[in-house]
Amino acid sequence: MKQWMNLKTLVIIVAILFAVAFPQMGFKMYYVHIGVLSLLHILLALGLNLVAGYAGQLSLAQAAFFGIGAYVSALLMLNLKWSFWLAAPLGALAAGLVAVGIGLPTLRLKGPYFVISTMGFGEIVRLVFLNWESVTRGPNGLPGIPAPDPISLGFVTLTFESRVENYYLILTVLLVVLVLYYNLVHSRIGRALRAIRNDYIATQVMGIHVAFYRILAFGVGAALSGLTGALYAGYIRFISPDTFTIGESINILIMMVIGGMGTISGPIIGAIFITYLLETMRVFAEYRLVIYGLLMFLVILYMPHGIAGMLKKLSLRVRAGKKEA
Amino acid sequence: MLKCEQLTIRFGGLSAIDRLDFEIDSGEIRGLIGPNGSGKTTLFNLISGIYTPTSGSIVFEGKPIAGRRPDEVTRAGIARTFQNIRLFGDMTVWENLLVGRHSRLKQNVFDDIFSTAKKRREESLAREMLENLLKQFRMEKLRDELAKNLPYGLQRELEIMRAMASEPRLLMLDEPAAGMNPQETDQLMLQIKRLKELGFTVLVVEHDMKLVMNICDKITVLNYGKKIAEGVPREIQAHPEVIGAYLGKQVKDSA
Repeated sequence: MKQWMNLKTLVIIVAILFAVAFPQMGFKMYYVHIGVLSLLHILLALGLNLVAGYAGQLSLAQAAFFGIGAYVSALLMLNLKWSFWLAAPLGALAAGLVAVGIGLPTLRLKGPYFVISTMGFGEIVRLVFLNWESVTRGPNGLPGIPAPDPISLGFVTLTFESRVENYYLILTVLLVVLVLYYNLVHSRIGRALRAIRNDYIATQVMGIHVAFYRILAFGVGAALSGLTGALYAGYIRFISPDTFTIGESINILIMMVIGGMGTISGPIIGAIFITYLLETMRVFAEYRLVIYGLLMFLVILYMPHGIAGMLKKLSLRVRAGKKEA
Repeated sequence: MLKCEQLTIRFGGLSAIDRLDFEIDSGEIRGLIGPNGSGKTTLFNLISGIYTPTSGSIVFEGKPIAGRRPDEVTRAGIARTFQNIRLFGDMTVWENLLVGRHSRLKQNVFDDIFSTAKKRREESLAREMLENLLKQFRMEKLRDELAKNLPYGLQRELEIMRAMASEPRLLMLDEPAAGMNPQETDQLMLQIKRLKELGFTVLVVEHDMKLVMNICDKITVLNYGKKIAEGVPREIQAHPEVIGAYLGKQVKDSA
């Protein structure tokens, strides 16, 4: 057990060091961009994982919450000249509150009915972005979103104009989120969510208010996606309805499933893997989606618990082998 | 301690529980028996809040609980097990117990997310209590085993432990001996007797007559949602209506 913990700590330290050093490794800017996209996707996959992976309720509205965060924060910055540092939390809050509002009636629905309702909601949100032209400028999107304001620490001033600077901003947010996320899923909240996924009647009888925890997971997951939307808007500086589609929700879902749902490492591994894969497969042009689909098929078939699940199984096997030797 | 008055629930035209008056005293082991379909599990579901009664009242320690949500009933001090085991199969023995303890933890959502001192204090109190529970049931070694991998008898025991983890005053066991072999049943009998010594009030539905007759202080017999007899085991064994209900024989002069 102890050895396993040590190995885990080692992997975490190496991963953080790698993430911090990555932009300094002399890769082309294009790869730093892929790095930023990976970080954003990790945040999105983590948000979905809370409700789908832990509580067992599949949602296809994640891109909508991502979009609400992006639009709310961008509009606050563009129209009311708010600072990014105020607009971003508000974007997150808006997405979280909308999720609570949607969750109250829909989280009573089970399985496929809930999935369909979130899909419908996601589409409604996209159509609002597209058609509320007086506010969102419709298909033209919102250009000219300002970068996050510089932060002065006295001896040094941090700016967030370049790719590398944004990379570090988003990485910092991710690391803070991961600590809180870890606390959450290893507390009684995480246990309650997993219990709900296993058997919700028994969970109720344990004195757990099932509806409250379902909405909590949905709301926190949506707020996390909203925050990601704000970070995205501050990085790309332009948003349009094309980004926040059902297709994007499905991508987030695939990242979570391929990585391994109901774990923390799963969404991280899955998001990096899929982001990288989608980019590198651009050379295959339209065959890309065929390869992508085939890959999904194989992973689901042979690694039902995702990459994280497979790695855990392998390490258990290696340790069992060592014991025998 | 628990009092049901004129309790009724109808599913369509069928009265699964029909104007039932029923009372349990603090500290007793009460058996609830009756043929299949007589309404035993329905009564459990009514008391634990899974069903809402059509009419009538349920009062627990002076508080009305009819129609309250199951989680509220549990917090009021009633815990139960299920006839068809409902453990959290993908979670370990230890995690099942922690979930059982959930309602007694006093931290709020922020304490959990920021892992405050209060949260850590509450969790360490819970761990202490649950370690004792594990020891009491001699399950320390199985702590990190997934619940679904336990043998059947131990799954039943874990369900009882999980219910005890919320420190209820009334513990309701729905056919705890179902599927157990005679040795396991004997062990279960000892454990239920111990529950009484620990101060729990126990309401147990069971078809195993040896168990019921041996451990219950009093027995209530249901048939077609109505109470047909109530008394100490000896009285119930000799009760003509009970014999009639079980053997299906016509009763001419009921006592």
